[in-house]
Amino acid sequence: MSGPVIEATNLKRVYEVRRGLFRAPGRLQAVGGVSFSLQPGKTLAVVGESGCGKSTLARMATLIEKPTEGSLKLDGIDAVNPPAGAAKTLRQTVQLVFQNPYGSLNPRKKVGAILEEPLAINTNLSAAERSERARAMMTKVGLRPEHYGRYPHMFSGGQRQRIAIARALMLSPKLVVADEPVSALDVSIQAQVLNLLGDLQSELGLAYLFISHDLSVVRHIADDVLVMYLGHTVEQGPKERIYARPLHPYTQALLSSTPGVAGTKRKRIVLKGELPSPLNPPSGCVFSTRCPHVTDRCRAERPLLRVVDSRDVACHYAEDFLAEPPL
Amino acid sequence: MALLEIENLSVAFPTQGGVMRAVEGVSLSLEKGEVLGVVGESGSGKSVTMLALMGLVPFPGRVTADKLSFNGRDLLTISDRDRRQLTGKDVAMIFQEPTTSLNPCFTIGFQLTETLRLHENMDRKTARRRAIELLEQVGIPSPEGRLSAFPHQLSGGMNQRVMIAMAISCNPKLLIADEPTTALDVTIQAQILDLLVTLQKERNMALVMITHDMGVIAETAKRIMVMYAGQVMEERAADDLFASPQHPYTAALLAALPEHSHGGRLATIPGVVPGLYDRPAGCLFSPRCAYATEHSRTVRPELRPWAGGQIRCHYPLGDPTREARLIADRPAVDTEVSS
Amino acid sequence: MTAEIMETPAVAAPTSQPPHPLREFWGYFAANKGAVAGLVVIVFVVLTAVFANVLAPHSPYLTDTTIALQPPFWQEGGSLTYPLGTDPIGRDMLSRLIYGSRLSLLIGFFVVVLSILIGTVLGLVAGYVRGVTEIFIMRLMDIILTMPSLLLAIVVVAILGPGLMNSMLAVALVILPHYVRLARAAVITETSKDYVTAARVSGAGPIRLMFKEVLPNCMAPLIVQASLGISTAILDAAALGFLGLGAQPPSPEWGTMLADAREFVLRAWWVVTFPGLAILLTVLAFNLLGDGLRDALDPKLKR
Repeated sequence: MSGPVIEATNLKRVYEVRRGLFRAPGRLQAVGGVSFSLQPGKTLAVVGESGCGKSTLARMATLIEKPTEGSLKLDGIDAVNPPAGAAKTLRQTVQLVFQNPYGSLNPRKKVGAILEEPLAINTNLSAAERSERARAMMTKVGLRPEHYGRYPHMFSGGQRQRIAIARALMLSPKLVVADEPVSALDVSIQAQVLNLLGDLQSELGLAYLFISHDLSVVRHIADDVLVMYLGHTVEQGPKERIYARPLHPYTQALLSSTPGVAGTKRKRIVLKGELPSPLNPPSGCVFSTRCPHVTDRCRAERPLLRVVDSRDVACHYAEDFLAEPPL
Repeated sequence: MALLEIENLSVAFPTQGGVMRAVEGVSLSLEKGEVLGVVGESGSGKSVTMLALMGLVPFPGRVTADKLSFNGRDLLTISDRDRRQLTGKDVAMIFQEPTTSLNPCFTIGFQLTETLRLHENMDRKTARRRAIELLEQVGIPSPEGRLSAFPHQLSGGMNQRVMIAMAISCNPKLLIADEPTTALDVTIQAQILDLLVTLQKERNMALVMITHDMGVIAETAKRIMVMYAGQVMEERAADDLFASPQHPYTAALLAALPEHSHGGRLATIPGVVPGLYDRPAGCLFSPRCAYATEHSRTVRPELRPWAGGQIRCHYPLGDPTREARLIADRPAVDTEVSS
Repeated sequence: MTAEIMETPAVAAPTSQPPHPLREFWGYFAANKGAVAGLVVIVFVVLTAVFANVLAPHSPYLTDTTIALQPPFWQEGGSLTYPLGTDPIGRDMLSRLIYGSRLSLLIGFFVVVLSILIGTVLGLVAGYVRGVTEIFIMRLMDIILTMPSLLLAIVVVAILGPGLMNSMLAVALVILPHYVRLARAAVITETSKDYVTAARVSGAGPIRLMFKEVLPNCMAPLIVQASLGISTAILDAAALGFLGLGAQPPSPEWGTMLADAREFVLRAWWVVTFPGLAILLTVLAFNLLGDGLRDALDPKLKR
């Protein structure tokens, strides 16, 4: 198999925030040094709460925004400063599926036109060929042929998400960035869309960068998990390791606060307080203001990502958690 | 006597394309201090049911019921004036979007004391003291300072706490929480759920928790009502419902949860919720039901008592005569299901 | 809350089909009785304008001083030959009103089409490009808005010279800022939506994004504003005509007719009443139509 579809090294994104006429602009670090790579046919889930930088990460991976620092390679091509003539290839390597299927489809266009648009922009195919490919893709994602001439408002949320997925696949991308693709859908529809994503992955060898806040969905679909907090990676590694034994206190809290119906009532870790402002992050460990195990060392010294129990974790005391009996 | 009694409640909205039945034949009774979870997909009528109870169904909706009473008072014949006294004082409601449920033009303190002065006839000073107390109870740090804050200066979680403080300010007998944590992050959601359950126990108030999230409902409710397309499908004690769902819809819904499968394919429910134009003649779930028969497709089942709760199904999963009757009613040969 | 029991059939009614979009549109539109009345009046005026040469009993320009200031037929001294009477130089009022509908509609449509075209493009550019371009365009519109509209129109006509064409251009300029602001607001809302980002990820360029993705979704408020704008245009053009700056005599323009006859107001009420009524009815009809269109097109008001 070829190299990674996407390779990000120390990606950073900083926004300047104007704070009125007479104050210096603030520096908002939305993403502060995230690294990952993803092989074809695999799924990396990025997990975190709102404001943790996961959507900014998605925007950088889909080339909507340029990273402030760091390098990003898509299918081996430098995406930050693309070599001459590579822009179009890059464009076709990665596509995006949005959270809200009601906003992501142009309400004035028919399904056929929506699906053919990427082809019309990027290829020289004739109208007949485009239409043929659009129809083939519709069958693949489980839409019926008669849906070709309908407008998006005639569809339910789940069907719209199928249309959005079909559109993303029209250019045969290698990587699909899915930004909370099922969180706006009902449970029964969510399962249909997750199955579709799984089927398409095994059929087309797609890589997914799956952005989500729902840990039970992530557990179902991901191979690797990257947990973000306030723009930083706090834990990153294979799904099995992280779900079996979360070593960062934030991952532990996140896993234990996810409500589930499975009978056994776990001990819930309820975090105190709220996410600090990204304009004014804590000086030491980013999680130190809410961590139940915080020490003076955490407040003073920012822990770096290091390998513990075959995953990366950014906590000074990861080994201690590993030594304790499991929760 | 039950705190809340609803019998055969329906809400209909006339539209250009015909009458939309948002709620159809809902019956329910709720005791003092009980926690009821109402779960359903979007458009299942779970919110509208509670709005009908509060008399807040938007124009041009029409509410009909055989019985609708709260604490012994008939809500069908109550005057608007009495209803306003009742809602806000004895029945309180919190909503999904805390930031938009609060008026952005006024401070937290003003909105909180306003309620107190209106319903409890407190003077300014007492109301302020009580407001600080309430904010403390819902876990807002340094409450004196927060009184002069505007809603946009607080986070979503904080605003939801303020909403809860407002809702419990008049010691309601019933608190209705409509998707109270859907807009919040997981760790904040855990905080708010804890708070709601604690307050409910402390004050022994009845709590109706409306949500689409099975997990949230499992962690809070003692009794669960499952709604689908405006009807109650099943209503039972939470533990029984999760252990052995009786309605095929409940069973399918639980099986579709991602947490029930690790890798591989998820169990799905084919098709979509019926809309205004494709409402089935028989059981509303029949087009998507794995066990649908000719009988269930043509005859709509009644809501009837079953296994310590209620059910609306011809063939409940725990019915010993079920197999025989399913065979007798011959599952229809064409299992065509729209995707 | 009523306690009436709704008839709930044990077996529900057979499933019905969703109405055709146009049918649904008409349903919402027809629910507004005023709008339907407005539409009827407008259709009537349009038909009158189209068939003016068939309908008018006389030439609108033919003068005959022997029959000057004849009253309408139901008054003492009136005749059915000139059903609505004659003006001070003996022209048939009815024929002039009928031909006047042509001019008024022409003015209304021309002005609105011109300003909607320019306004939409300017608004689209301002809302999409943002930055300095937006500031430049919007401040320019603000300057136009600072002057009383009629005064500005008079200034423009004074510079260009009086006449029907110039007065239409002047009115178009005066109402331009409304369309620019409306288009810009709609564009800003639409641009932030995911489907625009999706098109961008597919590699769509700015022109394609602006005209193929964003613009079609901004049309609803513009159409509503246009139907209301026609009435403003007719009114403003009539005012310019009244001031002698618009259509020049002997054109049978309603505003000009008013102006020509103002010295006879006390002696012959009909010479001002009928043109005034014609303006009033047409303007009212377009306003009502605009309201109806808003009801039918604005999804926020849909129930």
